[in-house]
Amino acid sequence: MLDNNIQFSPEALNLVNKYIAKFPEGKQKSAVIAVLHLAQAELGGWLKPEIMDYVASLLNIKPIEVYEVATFYSQYYMKPVGKYVIEVCHTGPCWLRGADELIAYFENKLGIKKGQTTPDGMFTLKGVECLAACGTAPVFQCGMDYYENMDNEKVDFFLDKCRQENKVSRPYPVMN
Amino acid sequence: MGIKILTKDIDVPGIQNFQVYRSYGGYNSVEKALRMTPDEVVEEVKKSGLRGRGGAGFPTGMKWSFIDKKSGKPRHLVCNADESEPGTFKDRYLMSKNPHILIEGMITSSFALGANLSYIYVRGELMYVVNILQRAIDEAYANGFLGKNILGSGYDLELHVTCGAGAYICGEETALIESLEGKRGNPRIKPPFPAISGVWSNPTVVNNVESIAAVPYIVNNGGEEYAKIGIGKSTGTKLISASGHINKPGVYEIEMGVTVEEFIYSEEYCGGIWKGRKLKAVVAGGSSVPILPANLILKLANGEPRLMSYESLSDGGFATGTMLGSGGFIVFDETASIVHNLWNFERFYHHESCGQCSPCREGTGWVEKILHKFLDGHATMEDIDLVADVAKKIEGNTICPLGDAAAWPVASAIKHFRPEFEWYVTNPEEACKPGAYYTGDKLVLA
Amino acid sequence: MDLLKVTIDGIEIEVPAGTTILEAARKIGKNVPPAMCYYSKLEGSGGKCRTCIVKVSQGSTKDPRPMPKPVASCRTQVMDGMVVLNETSPEIMEARASVVEFLLINHPLDCPICDQAGECHLQDLGYAHGKQKTRYEFKRRTFDKIDIGPYVQLHMTRCILCYRCVFTCDQITNDRVHGVLNRGDSAEISTYIEKSIENDFSGNVIDVCPVGALTDKTFRFKNRVWFTKPVNAHRNCTTDKCSGKVQLWYKGNEVIRVTARKDQWGEVEEFICNTCRFEKKETTDWVIEGPAKVDNKSVIGQNHYELSYDKPVVPPKISLFADHPSFKDDSKFIN
Ligand SMILES: Cc1cc2nc3c(=O)[nH]c(=O)nc-3n(C[C@H](O)[C@H](O)[C@H](O)COP(=O)(O)O)c2cc1C
Ligand code: SF4
Ligand code: FES
Ligand code: FES
Repeated sequence: MLDNNIQFSPEALNLVNKYIAKFPEGKQKSAVIAVLHLAQAELGGWLKPEIMDYVASLLNIKPIEVYEVATFYSQYYMKPVGKYVIEVCHTGPCWLRGADELIAYFENKLGIKKGQTTPDGMFTLKGVECLAACGTAPVFQCGMDYYENMDNEKVDFFLDKCRQENKVSRPYPVMN
Repeated sequence: MGIKILTKDIDVPGIQNFQVYRSYGGYNSVEKALRMTPDEVVEEVKKSGLRGRGGAGFPTGMKWSFIDKKSGKPRHLVCNADESEPGTFKDRYLMSKNPHILIEGMITSSFALGANLSYIYVRGELMYVVNILQRAIDEAYANGFLGKNILGSGYDLELHVTCGAGAYICGEETALIESLEGKRGNPRIKPPFPAISGVWSNPTVVNNVESIAAVPYIVNNGGEEYAKIGIGKSTGTKLISASGHINKPGVYEIEMGVTVEEFIYSEEYCGGIWKGRKLKAVVAGGSSVPILPANLILKLANGEPRLMSYESLSDGGFATGTMLGSGGFIVFDETASIVHNLWNFERFYHHESCGQCSPCREGTGWVEKILHKFLDGHATMEDIDLVADVAKKIEGNTICPLGDAAAWPVASAIKHFRPEFEWYVTNPEEACKPGAYYTGDKLVLA
Repeated sequence: MDLLKVTIDGIEIEVPAGTTILEAARKIGKNVPPAMCYYSKLEGSGGKCRTCIVKVSQGSTKDPRPMPKPVASCRTQVMDGMVVLNETSPEIMEARASVVEFLLINHPLDCPICDQAGECHLQDLGYAHGKQKTRYEFKRRTFDKIDIGPYVQLHMTRCILCYRCVFTCDQITNDRVHGVLNRGDSAEISTYIEKSIENDFSGNVIDVCPVGALTDKTFRFKNRVWFTKPVNAHRNCTTDKCSGKVQLWYKGNEVIRVTARKDQWGEVEEFICNTCRFEKKETTDWVIEGPAKVDNKSVIGQNHYELSYDKPVVPPKISLFADHPSFKDDSKFIN
C-alpha cells in the first residue's frame, strides 16, 4: 500500500543511505530503527501505516517487519501527537525530586492530562521511564534535547520558546 | 581526593575535540596496543581484574577470552550504551563530556578481540549523545585512528554508532543484539552465548561503556597498576550515579573501597541528606538491586562499615546485603514512601517487559496492580504476602534477568519494611494523604 | 555417532548429541514436560512459555555442578551424564503450576464456547497443574475477535504468545503478513492494518495454535470436538509440498472440518495446503483410510464424541474454571 505522496527529501534519503552503510551488505534491516526516527522527524511526527510501508520499501523488508519494530519501542508514535511531545520522566529517582509536581505544572499550564494533546496540536504530555538523568531531576525530554533541574520558571520559558518556533520536533541521528 | 581515571580530564575545556583530547595523552593506548599482540592486550585486561560495569560484574578479560576465534567468522565488539536502569546516568555523563575516551577504548578493545567491525549502541532517547559520538568517530577517522590500516599497523577497524528507540530491555545484551539487527528487543535464549553467536550469528562481545573506557588506562599503565587501585576483587575506580534525597546528586568516580558512610555524608561526594533530614534507605546499584534500610547499608551484619565494592555491598547475601549493580545509588530520606517507590519501580518493569515469556509478561503487571491497591487504600494483609509470592514465582523462571530484576525489589522492600506495608493496610486514610509518611517505631534512621 | 547418556526422573536414556532434554523425555515417553510454545517442526520455536522447565541437578559427568535456575527443557541440549528432575522435583512442579497460573490470569476461560475445547493444550495443562481458584482479581485483558482473511479467525484474548504461528508463516508459507506487535502484556498477534493471511499453507496456523486463538472459520456448525469423529483420509493433492494426508472430522455423515494429522505430542505430522483444508469437505473428495488413533488422554478418546447431540452434557475438565463468571452464564459469549 505505497502512497506516492510519502517521500523523503533528497537530504533525508542521503541520510538513509548513510544509516544503511553502517551495516554489512544485506544487513540493511539493521537501519530500520534510525530510519523510523528520521521518518517521524520528517514525515509528520508520527508513524502512519503508509510511512512504515514506505520505510519497508526503502529497506527492502516486509511491512510486518517494520510494524513489529515500530510498535515495540516507546519513542515511536503510532497515533498523531503534538508538534512537541513533552516526555517527563516519572521513574523513582525523579519522583523523589518532584516529577509529580512537574507533571502537575505542565497539566495545569497546558490544560491537559498526562497522555493527552492540546487541542491546537502543539503539545503532547507524556510520562516516560528513566531518561538516565536522575542526578539532575526532575527532567523531561523534547525532541533532541534534555531539560534538567526543572522548575516552573524554566517550564514557562520552554513553552514560550516552542510556541515561537512552532515546528515538529523529533530526534534522529545526524551525520555529515 | 581519590584517583581519577575516567573523569580525570572530563572538565578540560574542549576535551570533546580530538586535538584537545590527543594533547592530554588521548589515543596513546591505541599506539601502544598496536605494537603488542591482541593476546597480550587481553592478558593485561585479565591482570587488571576489571569487572564489567554494566551490572553483572563479570571479569572483562575472561569474557574476552571466550570469544570464538576458531570458526573464522568476523568478530564484533558492541558497546552497551543503552543505560536505562533507573538511577544510572554515568555512561551518559561520560560519553557526552568526553566521547573520545570511549572511542579510544573501542579501538584498543576491538584490536584485542580481533574485531574489524564494531558498534556503539546508544539508547534512542540519548540522540544528542549519538550525534556527539558520531562527530568524535568522524574525527578519529580523519586522524587515521579508524578505517583501513590504522597508523600503518595493518589493522582495520570500522566503528559506528547506532541507536535504539526506547526500550530498557535492549540493555540486556542479547536483546541489544536483536535490536542492532533491526528487530524487536526480545532477549535470545542462551546458549548459544554472544561470544559464539552474536550479531548476525558472528562471535560478539558486549561490554558496558564504563568497562571499555577503562581499557586505555589499563593498556597505558599495565594491568597490574590498575589492579593496585581499589580493594580485593573490586579493582580500579567506579562511576557512581548518585540521586535522590542528597545534597549533591551527580556522577562521582570513586576508588572502590570508600565507605558507604563517607560516600553519603562527605562533601567530596553526596554531601549528606538534603534538608537536614535523616537517611531511611538506599538502593545502591540501580533499581533492580535489593533496597537496604539505613542501618544495613552503612554497616555489615557484624557491625563493620560497609564499603563501596562488589564484595562488601553483597556481603550478607540478600538477607542483609545488596549488590553494586550498575552503581545507581538512590538515596531515600525519612519522608520517602518505600511502598510508593516500590509501586513506581514495578510500573517500570511492567512497562519494560518485552512480553516474550509468560512469568514476566503476566507477572510484572499483576505485581504492579496489587501494589497500586496500597496507594488506593484498598490493600489487605493478604496482599502483602500475595505480591511477595507472585514476585517469587517470576524470579528464576524467565528467559532473561529482567524477571529477577523485577522480583528482587519486591522481596527486599517487604523483608525490610514490612511494618510500613502493614501501616498502609491498617491506616489507609492516613497513609494515602499527600505528604504523609511512615514514622513507625520499627523504622531505623541514620 | 556419539551417544550421550541422560537421566530424567531416574530413567536413563542414550541420545545423539544435539538432542534437547524435552526430545529425550519424549523418547522415554514418560514424565514428558508439557510444551506450549516449542514445536519440533518449527525452527527457533520454544523457550518462551516456560511450562517445560526442569531442574538440572547435574550438568554433566565432566562438570557435575547443578544449573542454578530451572531451564527450558525444549531449548536445553543434553550433555553426557546430565541428570534432570522433572516430575520428581517438587520445586519444578510448583514452578510449573505458577507458570500455568500466569498463563491463565489473563485468559478468558471461555472453554464452554471455545472451538478448541477438548483439544486445547492450555485446558489440559490447567487441569493437570492449575489451582482451583484464581488469585487474580483484576480485569482481564480483552481484544476484539477479528477475521484475518476468509478462512481464519483470530481470538487474541485467548492467545498465549507462543509465536508458533509466526514461525509457521515464516517457514512454511512464502509470505508473512502477521506478527507480534506491541510489547509486554500489550503484545498481540496482529496484521496491524487489516490484511488477510492468504496463501497456500496459511491454514496451518490453526493446527499449530495450542489454544483457541486461531480457528477455522469454515468449521461448519461450530461444533464441540467431542461430538465429532476423526477419520484418516488422503487425496492426490496437486499443491506443491502438500502431502494430502489429513484427518476428516465427521458429524454424522458430514465432514465438518479438515485438519492435518497430529502425533502423540499434538504436533502435525505433515503440513497441509489450504485447498485440502478448506475446500474439500465432501467424503467423495477423499480416500478414507479408517478411524484416526486418538490419544487416550484426550476428551475425544474418552468417548465423549459418542454422546448424542441433544443430551445435556457437562464439558469435561471444567472444574478448574468453576469459579469463573463465563461458566455460569455462557449465553452472552455465544454469537
Ligand atoms: C534487563 C537488563 C538491562 C540491562 N541494561 C544494561 C544497560 O543499560 N547497560 C549495560 O551496560 N548493561 C546492561 N545490562 C547488562 C548486559 O546484559 C551485559 O551484561 C553488559 O552490557 C555486559 O557488559 P559488562 O561486562 O561490561 O558489564 C542489562 C541487563 C539486563 C538483564
Ligand atoms: S524475562 Fe521479561 S524481558 Fe526477559 S525475556 Fe522474559 S518477558 Fe522478556
Ligand atoms: S529517574 Fe528520571 S532520569 Fe532517571
Ligand atoms: S515449550 Fe519450552 S518454553 Fe515453551
